[in-house]
Amino acid sequence: MHPAPSIIFFTTLSGLGFGMLAFLGLDVSAPRGWVAFVFFLIAFLLAGGGLVSSTFHLGHPERALKAFTQWRSSWLSREAWAAVVAMVLMGLYGLGLVFFDTRWTLLGVAGGIMSLATVFATSMIYTQMRTVPRWNHWSPPVLFLAYALAGGALLTGKVTPAIVLLLIAGGIQVFAWIDQERRENSSDTTMATATGLGGIGDVKAFEPPHTGSNYLTNEMVFRVGRKHAQTLKIIAVALAVGLPVILLLLPFAHIVAMVAVLSHLAGVLVQRWLFFAEARHVVGLYYGR
Amino acid sequence: MTSLPTHTEKSLGLVIDLDTCVGCHACVTACKGWNNENYGAPLADTDAYGADPVGSFLNRVHSFEVQPEAGPAQLYHFPKSCLHCADAPCVTVCPTGASYKRVEDGIVLVNESDCIGCGLCAWACPYGAREMDPSEKVMKKCTLCVDRIYNENLPEEDREPACVRTCPAGARHFGDFADPESNVSQLVADRGGIELMPEQGTAPVNRYLPPRPKDQAPEFDVLSPFLEPVAEEPQGFLGWLDKTLEKIS
Repeated sequence: MHPAPSIIFFTTLSGLGFGMLAFLGLDVSAPRGWVAFVFFLIAFLLAGGGLVSSTFHLGHPERALKAFTQWRSSWLSREAWAAVVAMVLMGLYGLGLVFFDTRWTLLGVAGGIMSLATVFATSMIYTQMRTVPRWNHWSPPVLFLAYALAGGALLTGKVTPAIVLLLIAGGIQVFAWIDQERRENSSDTTMATATGLGGIGDVKAFEPPHTGSNYLTNEMVFRVGRKHAQTLKIIAVALAVGLPVILLLLPFAHIVAMVAVLSHLAGVLVQRWLFFAEARHVVGLYYGR
Repeated sequence: MTSLPTHTEKSLGLVIDLDTCVGCHACVTACKGWNNENYGAPLADTDAYGADPVGSFLNRVHSFEVQPEAGPAQLYHFPKSCLHCADAPCVTVCPTGASYKRVEDGIVLVNESDCIGCGLCAWACPYGAREMDPSEKVMKKCTLCVDRIYNENLPEEDREPACVRTCPAGARHFGDFADPESNVSQLVADRGGIELMPEQGTAPVNRYLPPRPKDQAPEFDVLSPFLEPVAEEPQGFLGWLDKTLEKIS
């Protein structure tokens, strides 16, 4: 799949932002006053910025509001609703913490759960695709939630939970890479079933319909990323999990925490890039890829 | 509404005969021609005469080579367009309700004024039947020429999809799969029409007729070794010419 920068930034930033909101909402010892204001500002910038970035890949962003209509059937629509509900609840909850020094527990818990629901809905957009064997499994939702929680703990300064959650996310990530590779290689959709000609013999793409590229090959038959996949995976885990955990084990300092956060962000961006670049869509079979 | 109908009154679709298709791409041209100037946004081409031409098409013809265990390789031309699936995954993923499957005839359509161009439906389709228009930025797909098949301004023989109407080999057939007596249902029954990627669970309406078995090359005649061998050396006038030319050169 084509790794569109807008979607990579969207899933990474909004994942971190909603992970942060989940922690702020569910945490009994949530910060108050100006400290809370700074935390909420960062979380909203990440979550909101991610959502805005996601509209950049739309052909008609001016019609984006129509995406709220089909929540009964579409995960993309459910994601839109979950994001708005989470941000409204967390906004009200944040007002209490910042200006009234009060933690409205019910609002916080509801907002925290909706924040995680948003991340879940995002991941379901990919997981539901039977056309992409690598994604069509429970591992993407677990992975997206694990990264959101680990990033949320990291950004809200919860050192011990952050270390534990980062290590869990790293473990799930390694499992997911191995499992997704196996899943893709053992997919029962092949060139034989795609053409129905498998009964005669070995099917090979002889000639594409045209000499150039098209929307399908540009969008779904992307192959550049696989060359350096192994190296990028090591970089992703080292930046997203390894370095932040080491830095968190050091005595706390704001500058060290800052480096840990930036390293995690860079690692998750690499991971998201691979998530798309490595995934093969079955339509590639018609193009012999 | 992007929920799928539980039942459609008709189930209109195409039968494509892989045994008959000659790979001339006339259906591709006819499709582009009709759909460029009728229903919905035109099918754009960008950089059409430049170095990197890209355009949207609703129908494309692939070619596949199949190598049987014995005998020479076989070449098949493979036209591919929307299969108007009964369980169309492109419809249910649509966040705006722009994609829908019609209850009256089962045609899968896009309401272009509701399409936000997110491209998710193209991801959900295993067949590559949907393409984003490079100029209008809305999703384009085969409409089964919905503006031809019911169009009373056209002569009756033209009230079928442009690809079917134009096919010079008769490799494309249009009809109602819900009616077991229809031409398409009969063809599928007679020739063992198949679904593409049945394991994807899309329940496509369109069917492909598999190629008939190839006949075998005739066996070598047992008497031919006893036949008069053909002269290897030129005789008569040609023989004289051959020798003379050799002397000159």
